[in-house]
Amino acid sequence: MIPLLSVNGIEKRYGARIGCKDVNFDLYEGEVMGIVGESGSGKSTLLNCLAGHLAPDHGEVLFATRHDGMRNTLTMSEPERRMLARTDWAFVHQNPRDGLRMGVSAGGNVGERLMSIGARHYGQIRQTAGEWLDRVEIAEDRMDDRPSSFSGGMQQRLQIARNLVTAPRLIFMDEPTGGLDVSVQARLLDLLRGLVRQMGLSAIIVTHDLAVVRLLADRLMVMKGGHVVESGLTDQVLDDPQHAYTQLLVSSVLQV
Amino acid sequence: MTNDAQYNFAYLDEQTKRMIRRAILKGVAIPGYQVPFASREMPMPYGWGTGGVQVSAAVLTPDDTFKVIDQGADDTTNAVSIRRFFQKTAGVAVTERTSEASVIQTRHRIPEEPLREDQILVYQVPIPEPLRFLEPRESETRKMHSLQEYGLMHVKLYEDITRHGQIATSYAYPVRVEGRYVMDPSPIPKFDNPKLEMDAIQLFGAGREQRIYAIPPHTSVASLDFDDHPFDPAKADHPCVLCGTEESYLDEVITDDEGGRMFVCSDTDFCRSRQSHSEARR
Amino acid sequence: MIQVESLSKSFTLHNQGAAVIPVMRDAELTVKPGECVALTGASGAGKSTLMRMIYGNYLSDSGRIWIGGTDVVTARPHDILALRREVMGYVSQFLRVVPRVSTLDVVAEPLTTLGQEVEAAQARARELLTRLNIPERLWTLSPTTFSGGEQQRVNIARGFAHDYPVLLLDEPTASLDATNRDVVMSLIEEAKMRGVAILGIFHDEDARTRLCDREIDVTRFTPVAG
Repeated sequence: MIPLLSVNGIEKRYGARIGCKDVNFDLYEGEVMGIVGESGSGKSTLLNCLAGHLAPDHGEVLFATRHDGMRNTLTMSEPERRMLARTDWAFVHQNPRDGLRMGVSAGGNVGERLMSIGARHYGQIRQTAGEWLDRVEIAEDRMDDRPSSFSGGMQQRLQIARNLVTAPRLIFMDEPTGGLDVSVQARLLDLLRGLVRQMGLSAIIVTHDLAVVRLLADRLMVMKGGHVVESGLTDQVLDDPQHAYTQLLVSSVLQV
Repeated sequence: MTNDAQYNFAYLDEQTKRMIRRAILKGVAIPGYQVPFASREMPMPYGWGTGGVQVSAAVLTPDDTFKVIDQGADDTTNAVSIRRFFQKTAGVAVTERTSEASVIQTRHRIPEEPLREDQILVYQVPIPEPLRFLEPRESETRKMHSLQEYGLMHVKLYEDITRHGQIATSYAYPVRVEGRYVMDPSPIPKFDNPKLEMDAIQLFGAGREQRIYAIPPHTSVASLDFDDHPFDPAKADHPCVLCGTEESYLDEVITDDEGGRMFVCSDTDFCRSRQSHSEARR
Repeated sequence: MIQVESLSKSFTLHNQGAAVIPVMRDAELTVKPGECVALTGASGAGKSTLMRMIYGNYLSDSGRIWIGGTDVVTARPHDILALRREVMGYVSQFLRVVPRVSTLDVVAEPLTTLGQEVEAAQARARELLTRLNIPERLWTLSPTTFSGGEQQRVNIARGFAHDYPVLLLDEPTASLDATNRDVVMSLIEEAKMRGVAILGIFHDEDARTRLCDREIDVTRFTPVAG
């Protein structure tokens, strides 16, 4: 079986400081990979390197493209990479303001990706946008409202709809539940989990919240100081952590 | 020819005109592409047509006949001052007749009368970047042009329909030139958009933004739209009270404080010639 | 179907002076298709640890765990996920579910994950929930609010939804009343008949007698201190 994403020897430095180093893993279709670690552990740097937002100093990111087999996304041309970013890839930012157009209606936000790949039928775009708003539990009568009038949880759900409307195969998420109330988080997690399962999505989720990865991720990587210190099945890493840092991390979670 | 001692022909020095002509040639070679050029300070404020004036200066020859229109009229301040400027600095013949002019500088209109292959239409452009209001970063809009990522233009039209039930953009309506570059046709009414496919060469100059672009003759110019909301070059549904035409773009003129109004041709030359024709026929 | 060879494990507690606690040494066991084997031994002897190692939930230090042709000890996460999806089911004592997912979907999920039609998967879920006496009015609710016994039965229904060739059962009959205990034992018997290899922990003496072909006392795998 060919992996969907194959990451080999990714390294990113900020001058002498290490952003991330020696990162290797394969991600298969339908798998969800969690990346945990404290602030500054390099998890966001890694995510941005994988998603093409940052250029790593070393390594390759191979993606199984639909028509052209495994391609190194770091060396492909920019038009190709940008096309990938708005069709087969998706990126959910922690802050919805970074991932939404705040001055454009909810429907327009969802429709943008469709229009960017050539949809030119207003009625159909609107209908698809409506269906997606429904899937992320946003009432259809909010379709013409701007996201600035939405709550934080709604904005985040809108960002997810906007990203998934083109049925991507790989979704990158940077702290998707950060900054949300706990009850709102649960709803979002459940929604994400359902969508990931239904659509057979592969996902890479960066978070510092172990409960989030327990719920969403099949596999887990633990990062510290730019290095992956431990990786494996999520339940194995959390229930039988091997590295000192992971043990500390797991034992530091408050029990409720 | 006057004032030779004080001014070079058409005000700008020859090197500058060469530089502008190069930009124009590049623009003609890549229809719709915004060519940067080193815009000069002109003896008029930005927003008064400094870009158009520099393009006109670069294309004018002593044998040309020059016409300037502002919102369709030859007799407004802007039109008059630019016409006088070139009368003074280039000594060229001037006219208010569209058919007699070889170079026409315009602000916000395309003449009603079809232009010929031996004519040049020069537009004054305030903001050349059609993507500006959606994506403020110039670095990003350039990339979007180079990669033909124009989905965002349709987001704007989508928002129009959502908010107003139809595409409410009524001027500076974005077009795609020769199936490649999306272009701002300057703030002409969308009624004029179909006329952008014409026999004459069209040059666009933005002075403050230092951009020149062009549409060569017989180039395809498509107004962006949706399949189910096709482009509609609408205008006021009235005939002109002066010449009676139903074909031309109209200005609404308020005539009193009681709500009285009338509609007249925006293109004054077109209206005048129709009136004189009908008088002649009588 | 399940074959464990010289399996050893110790825990290293890095945050307590890197204390190394050996918990298992040279464990050996075999479960054939259609066989039900019980793990016995005092509390803390390592029954659950061994089960978790077989399921891939705990890592092993050395040895082999063959499930069909796959060695869990050396398999990549990706392969273990496939194994858990298709071959190896695990019923623990506790239900861990996502809030807001209906009971019916919780039970049907192992089948839909395998690509079965939602209709067919839900039909199977209904059948199991009915057999395990979960009232129909509860099916559309999330099991998070259910009583312990109800959650346990939902858990069992979920574990039996797909016909796994290997089943690991961690006290499946605990906290159940007599009627439901009988239903669960019937389910296990039917699985045996189908040729499923079953490894379980049963504290309930009756269950062991009725279901198990053999017993393995894990105490003999417990490392001698020092």
